[in-house]
Amino acid sequence: MSTEDITIEKTADLKISPENELHTCAMADSHEDEYTLVYEKPHTLLEVNMHYCPGCAHSLVHKLIMEAVEELNIQEDTIGVAPVGCAVFAYHYMNIDMQEAAHGRATAVATGIKRLLPDKYVFTYQGDGDLAAIGMAETIHAINRGENIMIVFINNAVYGMTSGQMAPTSLVGMKTTTSPFGRDPAVYGYPIKVSELIAQLPGAFYVSRHTVNKNTSVRKAKKAIINALNYQKLNKGTCFVEIIGNCPSNWKMTPIEANNFIDEVMVKTFPLGDIKLPKPEDLIPINQNGDK
Amino acid sequence: METKLMKGNEALAEAAIQAGCDAYFGYPITPQSEVLEYLAREIPKYNTKEHIRVVLQAESEIASINMVYGAAGAGFRAMTSSSSPGISLMQEGISYIAGAELPCLIVNVNRAGPGLGTIQPGQGDYFQATKGGGHGDYKLIVLAPSSVQEMADFVFLGFDLADKYRNPVMILSDGAIGQMMEKVTFGNYTAHKTDKPWATTGKPPTRDRNYITSLHIQPEKLELSNLKLVEKYKEITKNEIRFEEVMTEDAEYIFVAYGLSARICHKAAIIARERGIKAGMFRPITLFPYPYKRLNELAEKVKLMLTVELNAGQMVEDVRLAVNGKVPVEFYGRLGGMIPTPEEIVTKLENLISYKNVN
Ligand SMILES: Cc1ncc(C[n+]2csc(CCOP(=O)(O)OP(=O)(O)O)c2C)c(N)n1
Ligand code: SF4
Ligand SMILES: [Mg+2]
Repeated sequence: MSTEDITIEKTADLKISPENELHTCAMADSHEDEYTLVYEKPHTLLEVNMHYCPGCAHSLVHKLIMEAVEELNIQEDTIGVAPVGCAVFAYHYMNIDMQEAAHGRATAVATGIKRLLPDKYVFTYQGDGDLAAIGMAETIHAINRGENIMIVFINNAVYGMTSGQMAPTSLVGMKTTTSPFGRDPAVYGYPIKVSELIAQLPGAFYVSRHTVNKNTSVRKAKKAIINALNYQKLNKGTCFVEIIGNCPSNWKMTPIEANNFIDEVMVKTFPLGDIKLPKPEDLIPINQNGDK
Repeated sequence: METKLMKGNEALAEAAIQAGCDAYFGYPITPQSEVLEYLAREIPKYNTKEHIRVVLQAESEIASINMVYGAAGAGFRAMTSSSSPGISLMQEGISYIAGAELPCLIVNVNRAGPGLGTIQPGQGDYFQATKGGGHGDYKLIVLAPSSVQEMADFVFLGFDLADKYRNPVMILSDGAIGQMMEKVTFGNYTAHKTDKPWATTGKPPTRDRNYITSLHIQPEKLELSNLKLVEKYKEITKNEIRFEEVMTEDAEYIFVAYGLSARICHKAAIIARERGIKAGMFRPITLFPYPYKRLNELAEKVKLMLTVELNAGQMVEDVRLAVNGKVPVEFYGRLGGMIPTPEEIVTKLENLISYKNVN
């Protein structure tokens, strides 16, 4: 990531041709224009240029969260917590109230918010270094307390922001700037499977792992985010959505190579899908007194 | 008005309830665990549907201070308390809170260090509290109680000052003031609660989004933010200096001490007077902002100042800065959780006087 501040500029209104099959939800039936508007960015996303590298998953996941917030009509009631990592500027893009947490402390900050504003939707957005290295204690304890928040975990297996050092989720053999000969489990252990780990905790209500490297997976990831936000209303525990992100810049790949690498390699260590689903009876909201 | 016999830590906790503290986050550590215990027991009694107050035992002091960040950022009166090792762990969070200009109350019931040290009282955290502690240029407003009454009073004052200046306030107490029992009177306090239009409470369509951050990646912008803080600290220095003087009108010798040391020095001044030495005591109540000017004025009229601390000599540096060489500033300290007797301090003063007379 460039360390230049992002400048807040208007981008030209996007018009996308119907050939682009990504998000066909807003298909307009007017044919007056040369192009037909089939897709719009969510209005909950601010009209600014993002600082992310081309092809980076962060920007896409920001958009998915903001689409979910818009579709659920909860912009007024949503408070986000940004991490320290490449997504540190998330609050420059998401048009909602947000707090920027210290490195790894997002779930503690979110606890402070949610405990006092229990009727709001609160989420954290964290990378693997943030959530699973320096912030592992906060992560596990927040989930163990069953904080009614959504945690969006962007696992790109490196420290993106600090230019590609080894992360707790770096794959065995993965070459990073601090494991130049490949991650050696004898020295650094194995990649932590955070979703599987925290799914063991009774406080975890919903745990699901996705990618955003192709259209079909983007739709699934968005569904998971919508579920995770919706479940907050139930007050039944933490909802955890892991996204296997990419980091073309530090993986030293083109965006396409990086997206292929996810399917060919990453998912072998981090298998996709729902890891913990609410039981049907859990989906019946309980009221304050605990009666069904 | 209600007068009770209470432990310092409990008086502080009770005051937090009465001051409208919405959220307390803490982690047990001697000698201040009573704060969390008291609040865990008492706060639920005050909870109503309209006003939920939160008491949460966090997994660490790191988590506590970051929970305070979240709650304060959402516009609530939030606090934490700990003792020295725990306060060390909070320093990163305190720096973020100062940078993001969040009002909150942090209580340090100082024990002797370094490291695990001991659970007995100490004043070794003076530098940490007043000179930064965490990274970057920032200041806490630091209040130093020297009685159980002040443990309570400074909670009210602390929350009000925090809100007024959007700045973290620290109550720097010690293991003795926290643990001892004294009479304490609770008046009828009305909070000077301020509007917090900057808080993250959810963005209505009528305003722009609020965000809490200490990040200004462009040096030009960070410098502006730094200068804004500097201005604020000047304003605080102009308005909020507090101190106490005991028998200083005609004093030739002045003890300078805060907190527990000040109590002992008060007694020492009385004993010294009985022995014909015109002694007085000067007690800084705000350790930031520090009463440099008043100490400098006093230096005009006295022969010597003796700073007494439960450390190896920290506040004495500020006394010397204030006095600026006008009179000798001497130091007497006990370490490791040891507490000097008033006699011991008077003897030190007597020795200094006879030494000065001989030379
Ligand atoms: C206390 C602290 N230690 C280290 C850093 C430096 N740092 C900034 S971001 C980062 C790692 C971010 O990696 P990750 O959480 O995986 O996010 P990504 O950039 O990959 O999205 C580190 C180590 C910091 N800001 N604060
Ligand atoms: S590609 Fe990597 S370095 Fe670039 S913004 Fe994305 S995570 Fe950060
Ligand atoms: Mg990462």
